[in-house]
Amino acid sequence: MSAILTRTALLRSTDHDAIKQFVLALPAVDQVGAEGRAAMLATRSIKTSSKVYAIDKAISMIDLTTLEGADTQGKVRALCAKAVRPDPTDSTAPSVAAVCVYNDLVGIAREHLDSIGGQNVAVAAVTTAFPSGRASMAVKLQDTRDAISAGASEIDMVIDRGAFLSGNYGKVFDEISAIKEVCGDGEKRAHLKVILETGELVTYDNVRRASWLAMLAGADFIKTSTGKISPAATPPVVLVMLESVRDFYAKTGTRVGVKAAGGIRTAKDAIKQLVLVNETTGSDWLDPTLFRIGASALLNDLLLQRQKLSTGHYSGPNYVTLD
Amino acid sequence: MSPFEYAPAPESRAIVDIASSYGLFINGEFINGAGTAYKTINPATEEVLSEIAEGSSADIDLAVKAARRAYAKVWSKMPAAERGKYLYRIARIMQERAREFAVLETLNNGKPIRESRDIDVPLAAAHFFYHAGWADKLEHAGLGSAPKPHGVVGQIIPWNFPLLMLSWKVAPALATGNTVVLKPAETTPLTALLFADVCRQAGLPPGVVNIVTGAGATGAALVSHPDVNKIAFTGSTKVGKAIAREIVGTKKSVTLELGGKGANIVFDDAPMDETIEGIVNGIFFNQGHVCCAGSRLLIQENVHEEVLERLRHRMSQLRVGDPMDKNTDVGAINSAAQLGRITELATAGDNEGAQRWSTPCDLPTKGFWYAPTIFTGVTQAHRIAREEIFGPVLSVLTFRTPAEAIEKANNTPYGLSAGVWTDKGSRLLWTAARLRAGVVWGNTFNRFDPTSPFGGYKESGWGREGGRHGLAAYLKQGEQA
Repeated sequence: MSAILTRTALLRSTDHDAIKQFVLALPAVDQVGAEGRAAMLATRSIKTSSKVYAIDKAISMIDLTTLEGADTQGKVRALCAKAVRPDPTDSTAPSVAAVCVYNDLVGIAREHLDSIGGQNVAVAAVTTAFPSGRASMAVKLQDTRDAISAGASEIDMVIDRGAFLSGNYGKVFDEISAIKEVCGDGEKRAHLKVILETGELVTYDNVRRASWLAMLAGADFIKTSTGKISPAATPPVVLVMLESVRDFYAKTGTRVGVKAAGGIRTAKDAIKQLVLVNETTGSDWLDPTLFRIGASALLNDLLLQRQKLSTGHYSGPNYVTLD
Repeated sequence: MSPFEYAPAPESRAIVDIASSYGLFINGEFINGAGTAYKTINPATEEVLSEIAEGSSADIDLAVKAARRAYAKVWSKMPAAERGKYLYRIARIMQERAREFAVLETLNNGKPIRESRDIDVPLAAAHFFYHAGWADKLEHAGLGSAPKPHGVVGQIIPWNFPLLMLSWKVAPALATGNTVVLKPAETTPLTALLFADVCRQAGLPPGVVNIVTGAGATGAALVSHPDVNKIAFTGSTKVGKAIAREIVGTKKSVTLELGGKGANIVFDDAPMDETIEGIVNGIFFNQGHVCCAGSRLLIQENVHEEVLERLRHRMSQLRVGDPMDKNTDVGAINSAAQLGRITELATAGDNEGAQRWSTPCDLPTKGFWYAPTIFTGVTQAHRIAREEIFGPVLSVLTFRTPAEAIEKANNTPYGLSAGVWTDKGSRLLWTAARLRAGVVWGNTFNRFDPTSPFGGYKESGWGREGGRHGLAAYLKQGEQA
């Protein structure tokens, strides 16, 4: 393939026309083919030692999430405790990657995690007028600054789907770039996850275009969904996003992560996601720095399966903790 | 090595009960044939699975007589709706015993269990369901007001899809009121013999379906038997031509489904990721043992490097090995003879100057194996661009304009299948209309459905199977009737 280019060199200019031209020239996605490939990979049979590996890997990739109007400090503390030690009866169960909360609860989450030995668990904040993204740019920027100053090391922003669907790709690009600037640069930057809300973009062509827009504008991760819209992280959507990050890496040498969020509730679903990663981008992406699963109920099913593998029998819902 | 190596996930073979030897299924019973027995093996391990009777010409005569008797006394007199009920019953039993069929097919053929489980067996049952519905509606098929069956049909099927080809043959024959003498392929008789058990389980009247195992001589005896009204054959063009010569001057009807050298045409605007999947599916599905395989890849020259790079990357992920493992993508070659044929043609590719690249993989030491392979730098003059390899070997050519793609695609004695990959609907239709092939797939490959007619142009065969067109092959029309 062509020589490695920097992220910015791929786009000759950040002029809106140039951005639109680039996005519209991306190769098409055939819906039937993409869904067929995802369905075939769903038949992979993951057993014994590979299942043990996959379950612990999936736990370590979870962004344990609560995004409700009814969230309280108490609820967030409970979530943090579970994030650090998912299975109170088994200390070998890994911690999750992050807790994901609304902006105003970032401070309490960070504080509580630090106080219980969860320094390695990140706090992710949803910003930019999540979930709809319908606010002025000034508000979106301030939303993001607030989250970072409260201790969020990961920012989950939403794109302006209205702008995207009306063809104003330049506006989407500019917004992501502006938020990226707020997130900073270098090792200490806040990691930027860009939520595409694929359930509102609808077509796989749009998913690919939005993926590239986000990567070109500086996303560290591209994320499927807010969790507020269905369908969310369906296997073909995740497949198309993984193909996009694979191709982006081939062109730029930069690895962008993927976060599948919404609708992944069972260990089986999570393992199917890991198979998609393994056979699309390859195993380099089988790491919490490059693949995440945004979920809440999923963790308990993974723990039940984990207990089953170690004890040989299933327990029940009273043997895993409420979130 | 990936940290996420899939642990072995073998399908259990406990569900199948393979007898140490099998006789011939004639007139509803298994009988000892007059011929000698031969061994049938698992091509992935060379393990002997069972001993199979080699049908003699006396056995064929017995089977044809049973079929004639069943036709005259039972099957032709039965109300059509009753015939349909038997087909429905067979279809349901095939679904109920699907795992048994899938495991047996994989053991005897070498194809991955994922394919026999998800494709071969469900499609085979679907053919019976589809044709069951036709049984009492034949006068509405557009083939005349009272189309009549031929009588006794002799059917000879290949080893690449043993059960599926059986159902493509037996289901329409029974639905249209014919009775059957079927000869399965020499190397893959076991699912046909299990199907004989299904016929008994369904209470099918004796003699309606007869199964005579054996090799070429058994098939030849069936073709030349004077009381067979129609021959349906799927297999090589060489044997197809011999059958055509044999029946010249007789009143026998014939349908032939023969070889192919399918062109898979990739235009520069193709949906790239799905195209790569389609190329892989086109040639490595069933180890390339597919008459309609997309064995000639024609890539538009301006994207051919990118396509090949992506293809090699994808091929390096193919999981080659134990066909019984649920995660295997490419299984074993069906026989030593076929492996020899593939090796010979691939060597010819090397000698003629094409460049070979294969999936890096460890092949098992026992059994018959060939790594998925592509040849680049192939021209129309190379043997590997002209002759059917019938294995996991893809010949890659390029073209510059749509017209050149059509010319190259059609420049073959065969005409069974073709594929077109483009995001542009108008180009897809323009191309499909000019391809001289019985099946043209648009942005997909190797898709089958009982409602869709399948068959070839030129040396790829006569007649169609499946759909309304397929019914015509089993009914006498016009002056015939």
